[in-house]
Amino acid sequence: MSVLAPRTLDQAIDMIRSDPSSTLLAGGTDLMVEINLHGRRPSSVISLSRIDELRSYRVDADVVTIGASVPYADMERGELAEALPALAQAARTVGSPQIRAAGTLGGNLGTSSPAGDGLPVLAALNAVIDVVGPEGERRIPFEDFMTGVKKNSLAAGEIIRSISFQRSERWQGYAKVGSRNAMVIATASVCLTRSDSDVTVALGAVAPTIVRAHDAEVWIAENCDLSRPVPDTVASEFAERVAAAARPIDDHRSTASYRRHAVRVLSRRLLERSST
Amino acid sequence: MTPSSPPTLDYPLTVNGRRHDVQDAWIGESLLYVLRERLGLPGSKGACEQGECGSCTVVLDGRAVCSCLVLAASAVDAEITTIEGLGADQALSDVQQAFIDAGGVQCGFCTPGFVVAVHHLLSVQDDPTDNEIKEALSGNICRCTGYGRILEAVRQVVVRRRSS
Repeated sequence: MSVLAPRTLDQAIDMIRSDPSSTLLAGGTDLMVEINLHGRRPSSVISLSRIDELRSYRVDADVVTIGASVPYADMERGELAEALPALAQAARTVGSPQIRAAGTLGGNLGTSSPAGDGLPVLAALNAVIDVVGPEGERRIPFEDFMTGVKKNSLAAGEIIRSISFQRSERWQGYAKVGSRNAMVIATASVCLTRSDSDVTVALGAVAPTIVRAHDAEVWIAENCDLSRPVPDTVASEFAERVAAAARPIDDHRSTASYRRHAVRVLSRRLLERSST
Repeated sequence: MTPSSPPTLDYPLTVNGRRHDVQDAWIGESLLYVLRERLGLPGSKGACEQGECGSCTVVLDGRAVCSCLVLAASAVDAEITTIEGLGADQALSDVQQAFIDAGGVQCGFCTPGFVVAVHHLLSVQDDPTDNEIKEALSGNICRCTGYGRILEAVRQVVVRRRSS
């Protein structure tokens, strides 16, 4: 029956071990809404926002490692934005300045909403999630992390420590559609990366999990010289194949057909941007 | 599952440089609730309770955040500045004065959140462009003014600070 704010990851793990029913709190932008409006009543809470190790990031020659509690505001500009421009673009679409000052990648992963703005970037860049728990550490490739709507492969008592990205010279970009510019949950989002020989593309908010458009990726690598600008006909076919990877639903935010349309437009737009 | 008796906590909070003792608080209380209902600081307004409207904006450890999304008991070691902590004694801050002069206040409900957000913006960026002002205030909703006069108020503060 408490709210605990550990200063180290070891303390946090000990706290979970002694009370496995504890709720983990990252930036609060999901959990507090559930408490304020949806009647969630945690018996005890462990806040992860005061653990220095989780609040820090490293930009090394080969790898960028971002602590789970680094707020999106820190990804919008500076060193992280230079190293990971698609992540910076995604960060700028998150909520509002107030939300970006609080919300974190660790929180996006912990909630595992298919509309989590940062998640398509993790998918397209093959990010790896570093978690620590009572049984020790493990590294989970993003593609194995999300298992369904608000479901993931974290085991009981595990804490997300950091997210790491291999650095590369690939072009990378992100785009999102919503009903307005600020403070909006994605109707659809797309992250695309491109080298001279291949493309990766990941979709948000259009399936139960973030999805990679594998068929479109394979098709364009086999049917297009990616060291040159992509011809219109190829871009159209690519966008069509990306849209086919979406499994959208009708809900209060949009219709399935509009979501699929948005994916088609955004993926084509990003592919065109990558050519210039 | 309904707990038989809600767990309660005692903890200190540092608001506007002053230490307060929160007693017998339910663990899930937001900072907004604690400020308004326990500490006698009703300047921060509650409307959406989900971070959409910005009327509860405070500065926590140098970042403008929605106090409705801060678990109060997790902010024990934080430095918190609310609308009550701006301006000297009973005098208006320059931002508050500019909101009045420019007509940026109508019903007034959103005003404390805007004023805190503007103070924070100008503390990190003393000469913002119009787009930067709009972006910095994109988490604050006003249903009366149409924002034009709020934008004008921010411009006035920038000009006045530069000439003083």
